[in-house]
Amino acid sequence: MSRNGLPGSAVPGGPLAQKWTDHRDHLRLVAPNNRRKFEVIVVGSGLAGASCAASLGEAGYRVKCFCYQDSPRRAHSIAAQGGINAAKNYRNDGDSVFRLFYDTIKGGDFRSREANVHRLAEVSVEIIDQAVAQGVPFAREYGGLLDNRSFGGAQVARTFYARGQTGQQLLLGAYQALERQICAGAVEMFPRSEMLELVVEDGRATGIIVRNLLTGEWSRHAGHAVVLATGGYVNVYYLSTNAKGCNVTAIWRAHRRGAFFANPCYTQIHPTCIPASEEFQSKLTLMSESLRNDGRIWVPKAEGETRRARDIPEDERDYYLERKYPSFGNLVPRDVASRNAKAVVDEGRGVGVLANGVYLDFADAIARQGRDRVEEKYGNLFEMYERITGENPYQVPMRIFPAPHYSMGGLWVDYNLMSNLDGLFVLGEANFSDHGANRLGASALMQGLADGYFIAPYTIANYLAGHLGETISADSAAFAAVESETRERVERLLAVGGTQPVDVFHRKLGKAVWDECGMSRNAAGLQRAMGVIGEVRDEFWSDLKIVGTGAELNASLERAGRVADFFELAELMCIDGLRRDESCGGHFREEHQTEEGEALRDDEEFSHVSAWEMKGAGEWVEHREPLEFTAVVPTQRSYK
Amino acid sequence: MKITLEVWRQDSPAEPGRMVTYQTEVSEDASFLEMLDALNERLETAGERPIAFDHDCREGICGACGLMINGQAHGPRDRTTACQLHMREFRDGDTIRVEPWRAAAFPVIRDLVVDRAAFDRIIQAGGYISVATGSAPEANLTPVPKPTADAAFDAATCIACGACVAQCPNGAAHLFTSAKISHLGLLPQGQAERWERAVAMVETMEQEGFGSCTNHRECEAVCPKGISIDWIARMNRDYLRARWRRTARR
Repeated sequence: MSRNGLPGSAVPGGPLAQKWTDHRDHLRLVAPNNRRKFEVIVVGSGLAGASCAASLGEAGYRVKCFCYQDSPRRAHSIAAQGGINAAKNYRNDGDSVFRLFYDTIKGGDFRSREANVHRLAEVSVEIIDQAVAQGVPFAREYGGLLDNRSFGGAQVARTFYARGQTGQQLLLGAYQALERQICAGAVEMFPRSEMLELVVEDGRATGIIVRNLLTGEWSRHAGHAVVLATGGYVNVYYLSTNAKGCNVTAIWRAHRRGAFFANPCYTQIHPTCIPASEEFQSKLTLMSESLRNDGRIWVPKAEGETRRARDIPEDERDYYLERKYPSFGNLVPRDVASRNAKAVVDEGRGVGVLANGVYLDFADAIARQGRDRVEEKYGNLFEMYERITGENPYQVPMRIFPAPHYSMGGLWVDYNLMSNLDGLFVLGEANFSDHGANRLGASALMQGLADGYFIAPYTIANYLAGHLGETISADSAAFAAVESETRERVERLLAVGGTQPVDVFHRKLGKAVWDECGMSRNAAGLQRAMGVIGEVRDEFWSDLKIVGTGAELNASLERAGRVADFFELAELMCIDGLRRDESCGGHFREEHQTEEGEALRDDEEFSHVSAWEMKGAGEWVEHREPLEFTAVVPTQRSYK
Repeated sequence: MKITLEVWRQDSPAEPGRMVTYQTEVSEDASFLEMLDALNERLETAGERPIAFDHDCREGICGACGLMINGQAHGPRDRTTACQLHMREFRDGDTIRVEPWRAAAFPVIRDLVVDRAAFDRIIQAGGYISVATGSAPEANLTPVPKPTADAAFDAATCIACGACVAQCPNGAAHLFTSAKISHLGLLPQGQAERWERAVAMVETMEQEGFGSCTNHRECEAVCPKGISIDWIARMNRDYLRARWRRTARR
């Protein structure tokens, strides 16, 4: 152990571009005839989980895969719209592995690990090959070759896409590979099953405790290695673009058992989503960022404006992005667009019945290009908007507002994607590794599949090779103890016997975290939030009401367990946000901004990863992994 | 707006179900599932068991939600899943019947939740291209004509919600099965397994207890992704050709 208890990052030596190749050449192997002696547990069936489970099954390991949905195909990777980056340079526009690496590390505001990001760029090309061979129907040109488009944060066109459903098609590719292994008997699938605890014996992850969501039945599963690919945690905000079931429980339970949680305050707020319309709103819907290419963003100059948009004369409108950022205008990066929208709404100039949005107006684009051209580019998005809001965006401006979308933070992992607990691997959005303080568009799909197809199968084999001949069993005293603790926790939730259903508390928690640890943060606000979180948590544990039992399908009980974990995560997010007394990427501390209102980093003090170790209820110790840059020089971003 | 809801309640697969009536008041801007959320909060506060229903992404892509709304899978709006249906599609004072998918191959688990695992087993039978990780050739090695790629994409957009089965008077899964057979069978990458895939998937579909297709076209009418029944014709052709090839080989 080094760095105050943080294990080494296991980043190999040698030149940056050679590290992964050299490392892979020297990783230990497991011979084909020995692979069936190992059992690997994979939790989650999204891009990272399904691709990892399928690849390990193909290689000959015995795999168990778990998901809470009724089918692995429903994991939330399916909702990703935009695309997947890869350094193929098919456009001959100067793209390369280095440029994809550079854009990604700069987009992350220089808060990610150089070697990991470079490896991600290297394997990006293999992902496209694999997906195409599986039959993923990427967009093609008339010549039959693959098409690309450009995306935010890059000056080359390197994004592969399948209309607005790239995530769906990539996930189905991985899902089909997984189903093939299920049929072959290599992978055993457990749908409608929720991992509620990790079992750790002598500092090593040896298995999980699972609740069957239909029957409430408990089961123990032992594995030589445990892989968590359980996605992100922005449902802590209650309203987000995530699926309703997305949760932090799997990685939070691992954190409570000793796994370090890195950079929890790094969350991404996407600027173009449909605003909440009423108190019972259950989720926020993303509208592709591409709309900002032609839409003009504005709010009324006056507070409390009640006239309809079309009745407000031109000189009483404030096109605030065009005013403040003349050269980038409406195309400033996600974090800048989001923060400015919040500012005008906070001033009382928001639009819509709840005064909680800003206008995204296509009137000029329609006048200039014609309605047909606009329809051709954005028709499906306009239709989706109309379906949800009942307003016709060809006639009245869209209303948009930022919404929580992605979490860059997650469990700390080393270069091998293994946490500080031996045998616990963490992939995809669930780990902290590749996006620093801000993720670029079209990078999430790339990372999930890189981890699952092309990194974890090598590094997990390397780990298993050292454990050949070891038998594992779920009958140990440790499993029994953890199972009974987990059952007790569920019983405790059912026993509160209060008066209010779980969502009431989740909404209150979400509002507190959104208000003070959302798009912009300050020390006083973060401290205030911790107070509110504590109060709501106490109220939750004294007034929660769940109807029914733990021995049946009980969606409220499932949600209550997840919300209980969100309370603890929310507190750590605020602590991390307070400790990180600088601004970087999505973490905007109001005390630290440039004159233009941009995030002002403090590389002297904060060029590190904060990995938090839980010491007890509400007690954490921070470990720091310094970030060293050899191939890039951290710079200040400017969009004026 | 005031809505009268008649909802199918059934505690478990073994017990009989019944329609239960609820009065509810909801904003027309709420989605259909948000209306159910609000009703559930009210029920739970009053100590009654909330209505069980499947849902997840709430943006029409995961395929988890599926409700028979006034006898129509996913409700009255074209090409819209239940989660994207909004209350403004209804009128103040309406009575709405909400039932689970009804099909022999989709047993009811509880209330509006059904078991669609049969769909996964159809995919297991051959709904993939066998390509182990790492064995793929360079992506641009095989050009795919754009019309072929676009057609494959159209078939690939299926979300496996099961509306096609629920609406079909025969409880047939032909639209679902044919969409996957066509997606993979159209692409050059999918040719090697094309015939075996068609036979294996069709026969698994039949073994799972789905009905026969008698061209009612109800599946196409309710499919939230607008998948065409042309794929069923294509599947039947592939299946027959595959059987014939098999017989000829013997």
